[in-house]
Amino acid sequence: MLRFTLRRILQVIPTVVVVALLIFVIFSVVPGTFAASLFADGKRAADPQMIARLNEEFGLNKPLMERFVTYVTDLAQFDLGTSFRTRQPVIDLINDRMGASLQLAVAAMVFALVVGVPLGFLAALRPGSILDTVTMIGAVSGLSMPQFWLGLLMMYLFALQLNWLPSFGYGDGSFQNLILPAVTLGVTPLALLARTTRAGVLDVLNADFIRTAHSKGMSEMKVVRWHVSRNALVLIVTTVGLQFGSLIGQAVVIEKLFAWPGIGSLLVDSVAIRDIPVVQGTILVIVLWFLLINTAVDLIYAAIDPRIKQE
Amino acid sequence: MLKRLTFAALLSLSVATGALAAGERSGGTLVFTAPYGSSFATLDVQASPNTQEEFITQAIHRGLYSWNSIENKPVLELADSEEVSEDGLTHTYHLRKNAVFHNGKALTADDIIYSYKRIANPKNAFPGASFIAVIKGAEEFIAGKSEEISGLKKVDDNTLAITYTGPINPGFPLMQNTTVIYPSNVEDESTFAKNPVGLGAFVFKEHVPGSQVVVEKFDKYYEEGKPYLDRINIVLMAEDAARDVAFRNKEIDVSILGPTQYQAYQGEEGLKDHLLEVAEVYTRNIGFNPAFEPFKDKRVRQAINHAINAPLIIERLVKNKAYPASGWLPLSSPAFDKDKAPYAYDPEKAKALLAEAGYADGFEFEVTASPNESWGVPIVEAILPMLKKVGITVKPKPVESSALGDAVTTNNFQAFIWSNLSGPDPLNAMRCYYSKTAQSACNYTSYASADFDKLYEAAQQERDPAKQNDLLRQANNIVQDDAPVWFFNYNKAVMAYQPWVHGLVPNATELAVQPYDEIWIDETAPGSRK
Repeated sequence: MLRFTLRRILQVIPTVVVVALLIFVIFSVVPGTFAASLFADGKRAADPQMIARLNEEFGLNKPLMERFVTYVTDLAQFDLGTSFRTRQPVIDLINDRMGASLQLAVAAMVFALVVGVPLGFLAALRPGSILDTVTMIGAVSGLSMPQFWLGLLMMYLFALQLNWLPSFGYGDGSFQNLILPAVTLGVTPLALLARTTRAGVLDVLNADFIRTAHSKGMSEMKVVRWHVSRNALVLIVTTVGLQFGSLIGQAVVIEKLFAWPGIGSLLVDSVAIRDIPVVQGTILVIVLWFLLINTAVDLIYAAIDPRIKQE
Repeated sequence: MLKRLTFAALLSLSVATGALAAGERSGGTLVFTAPYGSSFATLDVQASPNTQEEFITQAIHRGLYSWNSIENKPVLELADSEEVSEDGLTHTYHLRKNAVFHNGKALTADDIIYSYKRIANPKNAFPGASFIAVIKGAEEFIAGKSEEISGLKKVDDNTLAITYTGPINPGFPLMQNTTVIYPSNVEDESTFAKNPVGLGAFVFKEHVPGSQVVVEKFDKYYEEGKPYLDRINIVLMAEDAARDVAFRNKEIDVSILGPTQYQAYQGEEGLKDHLLEVAEVYTRNIGFNPAFEPFKDKRVRQAINHAINAPLIIERLVKNKAYPASGWLPLSSPAFDKDKAPYAYDPEKAKALLAEAGYADGFEFEVTASPNESWGVPIVEAILPMLKKVGITVKPKPVESSALGDAVTTNNFQAFIWSNLSGPDPLNAMRCYYSKTAQSACNYTSYASADFDKLYEAAQQERDPAKQNDLLRQANNIVQDDAPVWFFNYNKAVMAYQPWVHGLVPNATELAVQPYDEIWIDETAPGSRK
């Protein structure tokens, strides 16, 4: 198990390196500069002297290769650089926002798990029932609904009409402020989980070993508990892993909409003003998060199903 | 229409909607919105040219001058009076004796000298350096050629003499967000980015990155009886739609409206009576690059101005949240010419002008445009059929906002559509058409006219504001006639406010930025605000 774990962790490194290089190359060729973004809204006249000073200060006048070497050297020392806009270390900016992002992602995933998995399970145990039909219609709707629109709908209903919840913001970090963005973000993974759980459970229910279990006189409850649940778990864990990994990236829209202070909104702002160190750092963290979750999922697989470890 | 909508008329309309109501009440919390992004870049506002940070500045800081929205001009802020030398170059300021920083230090001339040197320090590369450059000796200091700014002289603790490079109105450059005064007794300057210390009416309390800045009443503020509010939560809300819900839900006290919301709010009871409008100092335009052959000819540029039905676009696309432009200087400019009519929509005249210029069969050009709904790709798409009618084919070239700035300042365009600063200082605004202004500065259309230059130089030397405005008005009319741009519109900024909020003013420089020390909330405010 230790060798398997080490091997999976080491596999993360080349992926991170490739992603880091890609990020650098992409943001070196896209048009627009940080200095130009300072007057992009037309609210002040361009100042060539200031542009020159800023380009010099941030090393943007240097040749691409030199900047690349600096970037890689800094990265190797876990230094994500300094933000052009705030002049603070990128890692500090990400630290300021990471807590809120994790809070949102975890809450959304918990919501998706608590609602999605039982619904998928129950739908599979009673295929063709009203519950099954309603669950699947709900799942398709959840998957096809744009998150931005769903968020606005939730705001309109729960904040404006019912006045139950605040429509935006982090407030003082209260649970009430978390509900609307978390539920909005959680709807897509919920729908996916419900569908995959249903499919996985149905698949297992039709397997030979389930028939064998029934023929041995095992009760329905025991069959579901000991055979169905465990075998369907691999598919559920895969879905949870993939969804949880991508939630921080998906949260960009939700964070912006609900004025939630996570790294998603930091990324959007930074892209718009070409604050390249922050963009690079934030994307890297999101990718790293995805990879770590996937590695964790692989390790959980191995624990659930020893055949995977052997493979 | 344009003649009737003078700035004075707009001002009185806006004031009547609730700006200067009597019976100020002290206490309460205002929930204000900062709509230009989902974060504050820094709390060290001297380092930031962004409008977003101006919300913090208004609460926490003060500059030597400030903008008076009612008088529509800069006024002395940190000095009780000033004396101007005969040549108009040296201003001697008698500083307020009761102005105290939030860290307890009394304001002295040293603080102003310290602040201006910090802003101009070449190692800092701060955006405000170009404003400090109006002070004699600042250019040398910025270039690292001298240790001091020779134009700054401390007479005594409460008296400061500043010598400028010309007989300018220093109020415009020294009222800026980036030229506010910091205390000179803070050893570690890096703390300004996390714990700002200023002379403003409110003290910094808390910053939740990506969420809000909270400020609280400063008891030693120099204006007696002010501020009225106990606390302001400046919340970050970049999304129009989310702001709309929050405003209707009474979670926020003010909201800046886009065209669609403006139209909706005008039609709704309870909302339509609480809209504050002002003609802001921005001119939306399509700039023509004279390096592109057809645009060398003034008749072609004039033809485009005649071929586009700007009022129709303003009505249909911009939902009347703009005023048709009759020249570069906007309605709110003291040098605006109310007698000058905009280019008339006249496709036949446009065709004739094109034929005269040798383009009877038309031509094709590309417009570099950002996605902005009021001055971007949607507007270019709207003018496509209009110009097609006179034989001109337009191709939009969509780019991101920062790429637009890059393309324009590197002269890499045939035409661009943008919203540009055209006030409040008409002298500074017309600088962008002075032939000696670099293309990369703000003479984006590489405009050069000997007649214009003569008037502009005369205006630079003129010390009588009325005469200076008259010269600039004439210069503006030359630009209008030469049509280096398609004059589209002047932005009408609109702010919706809750009925319990009073003291908002029609700030033509940026409506979203309000003087917080003037604002108060009445008894009808919800419990959470009182």
